Order: sequence, then C-alpha cells, then structure tokens
Amino acid sequence: MKIVVAIKQVPERDAQVRIDAAGKWIEASDLHFALNEPDAYALEEALQLKEKHGGEVVVLSAGPERVATTLREALAKGADRAIYIACDDLGSRDALSVARLLAAAIRPENPDLVLTGLQSEDLGLGQTGVIIAELLGLPHATLILHVEKTETGFTVKRELEEGWFQTIDLPTPALLTIQSGGNKLRYATLMGIKRAKAKEVLTVTAAELAVDAVPVVVLEQVTLPRKQKSTQILSGTAKEAAAALVEKLIVEAHVL
Amino acid sequence: MSGILVVIEDRAGGIARISWEALAAGQQLAAQLRLPVSAADIGAETKSLATEVAAHPLAKVVCVEHPLLAHYTADGFTLALEQLIRAESPAYIVFPHTYQVRDYAPALAARFGQSLIGDVVAIDDGPVFMRQLMQGRLNGIYRHTGNGPCFLSVQAGAFRAESVAEQLDSGSRSSHGTASVAPCSYQGMTSVVPKMPLNEDGALAPEETASSLTAVSIFTPTLDPDRIRTRPGEPFRGGTQTVDLGSAQRIVSVGRGIKDAANIPLVQELATALGAELAASRPICDSGWLPIERQVGSSGHTVSPKLYLAVGISGAIQHLVGMKGSQCVVAINKDSDAPIFEVADYGIVGDLFEVVPALIAAVKAAKR
Repeated sequence: MKIVVAIKQVPERDAQVRIDAAGKWIEASDLHFALNEPDAYALEEALQLKEKHGGEVVVLSAGPERVATTLREALAKGADRAIYIACDDLGSRDALSVARLLAAAIRPENPDLVLTGLQSEDLGLGQTGVIIAELLGLPHATLILHVEKTETGFTVKRELEEGWFQTIDLPTPALLTIQSGGNKLRYATLMGIKRAKAKEVLTVTAAELAVDAVPVVVLEQVTLPRKQKSTQILSGTAKEAAAALVEKLIVEAHVL
Repeated sequence: MSGILVVIEDRAGGIARISWEALAAGQQLAAQLRLPVSAADIGAETKSLATEVAAHPLAKVVCVEHPLLAHYTADGFTLALEQLIRAESPAYIVFPHTYQVRDYAPALAARFGQSLIGDVVAIDDGPVFMRQLMQGRLNGIYRHTGNGPCFLSVQAGAFRAESVAEQLDSGSRSSHGTASVAPCSYQGMTSVVPKMPLNEDGALAPEETASSLTAVSIFTPTLDPDRIRTRPGEPFRGGTQTVDLGSAQRIVSVGRGIKDAANIPLVQELATALGAELAASRPICDSGWLPIERQVGSSGHTVSPKLYLAVGISGAIQHLVGMKGSQCVVAINKDSDAPIFEVADYGIVGDLFEVVPALIAAVKAAKR
C-alpha cells in the first residue's frame, strides 16, 4: 500500500506571537517551527498501516526552506521518502491554492491512500484534505480516529460531535483527515535520524507544478482579539492570589 | 437570484441552535447588502424542518430532497447542493460550522473554484469576515475576491439565534461588530414578526399563532447511487458513561500545562476540595491521562456549570465552545496572552504548580 501524508510546518505551540509590521501575518523571525500536531497523528497512522500491510509512506510538504527540517523529522520517524514543494508565498495563498499545489504533487504518485491532519494549528482552516480529495476525485472522510484496511478499501472510525462516533466504508484509493488522539505518537530514534539522512527528498517548485496563485479569498489583516469579558486578574504571590480568588468566588460570584 | 442561501442542518430530526445562528448571520449579511435570504434543508424528508424555518419571513425555503440523502454522505450532499447552487446562483452561501459542514463544504466551494471562509465569528461592512487564527490568539479579517459565489460557515455562539425573529422588526441594531443594520424591507415585510422563544433545546419554538410566512418549494437533485462512494454506519456512543459533566455545578478542568500524568492528582485534589468534577481539554484525554468521557470541548461535552476553573488550559476555540456558557470562569495559566483569559471572569497568571497548592489550602481554610 502506498500512502502519501501531507504535513505542515507551523509555529511551535505556546510561541509568543507578534503581528508583523504590515499587519498581514505574524512576525516569523521570532518563531521556532514544528510539525503540526494533527499531521503527526496522520503520519503515525500511515506508519502503523505500513507496518501492518507493507508498502511505502511518502511525506509531502510545501513552504519555505525551513520546511526541510520537518520533512527530515518525518523521515527519521520512518517515512520512506519526501516530496518538498518549494514555495515562499504559502501565506498569501488561500486553501484552494495550497490544496492545488499539494494535489499536483500527489497526482503522479497514484497513492492508495492520502492522509492529512484534520487542521493546522496556525490557520486552523481544516480544509486542505477535503479540497485535495475533491481535486483528485477521491472519496474522503474527515476526523478519523482509526483506519482498518479491508478487501476493497477501508473501514474507518469517524468522530462526530459531543462524544458520538460512526464507522464509514470507503473504496481505494481514498483520502482521510486524521483526528488527534487515535494513536500514540512515536519519537524518532537515533537510528531513524541516521537513516533519514540517506533518504530521498524530491524538490519541486510551485512554478513547476503550474498552479495558479491568484487567490479567491484574501487574509487582509491580522488583529488582536477583543475581550469578551473583563477579567479580574488577581496578582501577588501564589498564596495571596489564591486567597483573593477564594474570597471573590464566595463574596462576589457566589459560586462557593 | 443572487441572494443569500443559508444551509440548515438536520440534527436528529430537529434544527440545532447553530443553524438558527447561521440564519441570523445570513440576515445580518442581507441587511448590509440589501439582499434576500433563502434557506435550504437537505435530506430524504425535510418538510417538518422546512415548515419550522418557513415560520420566519424569508425569500423562500427550499427542501432539497432525495432518498439518497437520507443519511449524510459528503458525495451526496456536495452533488445535491452543487445542483441547487447552479440553479439558484446565490451570491453567498452560509453554513453552520459543524463537523458535517467541515466534511463537505470545502469540496463544494472548490467545485465552484472558490475557497470556504470557515468558522466565521463576525461579519463587518465590506463585507469582510473575521475568523480566529493561531488557536484563538489572533483574529484574521478575510475578504472574498473570487468571481463566483462566496461560501462561509459560522462558528457556534458567534451570532444570536434569537435575532432571527427580531431582525425584521428592528429598524437599526448594533450587533457583533456591525455599526448598524439597515432596515430590512426587501420583501415589503416590515410588519411586526412574532417573537420566537427558545425552547429547552435552544431551538426556536414557533408560537401557536405563528403562521407560515414563507413559501416552501421542493428541489429534487439528480443523484446516481454509483456517485456516492462512501457507506456511513449508524452513529454510536463511545464507552460507558460514569460521570455526568453536563449537570455538574462546579468543574475543575485541566490542560497541557499539567505537563505529566503524574501531576493529575494535584488537580484532582483541588476538585475534591471544591466539590467539583474533574474535566480536561482534548490533549489530556488524547494522551490517556484522563478518560475521554471527561473531555470538554467541541469533540467532548458541552458544559455550563456555575464555576468552571481552567488549570493550564490555553483556551483553543475547540475547548471554548464547550465551556463558554459557564456562569463563572476562572483561569490559571502562566501565559497572560492565553485566549482562556478572554472568557475568564477571574484570572491568576502564574505557575500552576505554585498556584494550585495555594488554592487548595485557601479553599480548605475558607471551609473551616
């Protein structure tokens, strides 16, 4: 079974983000970047499927040069090879345009299964996988926690809202977006890191993929959120703040 | 028709609150742009839903009906709505941002060469659409620039379901980021509209006097069973339920900040001292540190206790939608910029490993 996993590099969780001078995005020079966590679950699912059924796992990512680190990390965890789409204007592309780039790189691979994380931690659009399925003409399912290979395709466990689930049967080839928490994530081993150095990374450019970059949706401005409530911040030492909080909860909020 | 089409979602045979919120968003957009609003229900048998929607003054309500739409499939819903949109050519299509919509609306938009503006929290003049970025730390203002229909979905709780009935009899109204809403008289229906109180489920319950104000029509898409490639199973609940977070009066909820499973007893002790149930954000349950039945958020429980005390939870939107109805929210977090503080009544910025033991002591002292 050949599996392509589309992954994204995003700012590290808990990074202190600042809006850039143009007010269009965040100041990237401040930041460290990491593999988008839902994509780590997609990669884990792919690696486990390969371990059970054999085949090949190809990781795919688009972005500036720093993305190479994240692809290398995926190779160290056990992916067989990588495709890197060199593209410096990822931020100004809309979801459709990014999905077109990824789909154009996936198409010649003819995979049996395409996986992505359900959403990215930076933009949080949660659309890339679904649009890739549409562009490649693949059946798809989203928010998947478990994948079982069957005679003709896959049986997957899909998360619904408020603690409900359902199973879905899909034929091969198919695309799934993976919800976090379905598997336990692995770490790269020293041996894995060593092996990754010899693995193939194919670089293609956005221009070579001939994907139109004219956006249909534009992110015009990035702003700080408006406060929904006026929060009373209780200061002082931990002991003072805790005492003040208990007092407020009893006297003011009447919840204790 | 070049108007606004709002797609209503069937939720166990009824209309969930978020669909009314989508309708309210559609009406707000309509008032800004002076466009008519229609609604569409999709399914095998949608007349009861359509009747409920048609009790409100809209341009029309369309039942998109076909036996193959009895159960949701991405293929079926995408094909059916594609045909409806081609037939009606709306300028805007508004969805509730549900798991189901997330599953097919991006593909539907792509079929029209468009990109869905998802999870919208406010609509301003332009129109421009606000959605959250970086897990709620920032907002992004988006504009549709494509030639073709604009697809958007609205976040739960961002628009007021109650305004669906109010909107037409109000001359001007300031609502969620909008300077004013122009009088809505595109159908000559400026007369007083019956107030629609919310029933217990949060759905709008038409009063007995409410008659159907809007014409209902049926649209039958052409669907070929071979083009529906996935086979969905019946929904089921995961695991047994041993805790009822929904009815808890006090909840202590723990997030990534707790760092390790070995530290969970610390927050359990706080919960016990407060007489609260222990809950968690998704990453804690993903890691197996607490069972999934204690998860609060869009994929877990929606709770509204008197006291919600969030410990080491940054407050990603997926978590906030599950608890923002709480009466009193307390946040303890080391990051003063964490979005949880935006919905908190009280906050302590500090190391939870210092604050929580101090809080346990303070609660115990207050009890004595």
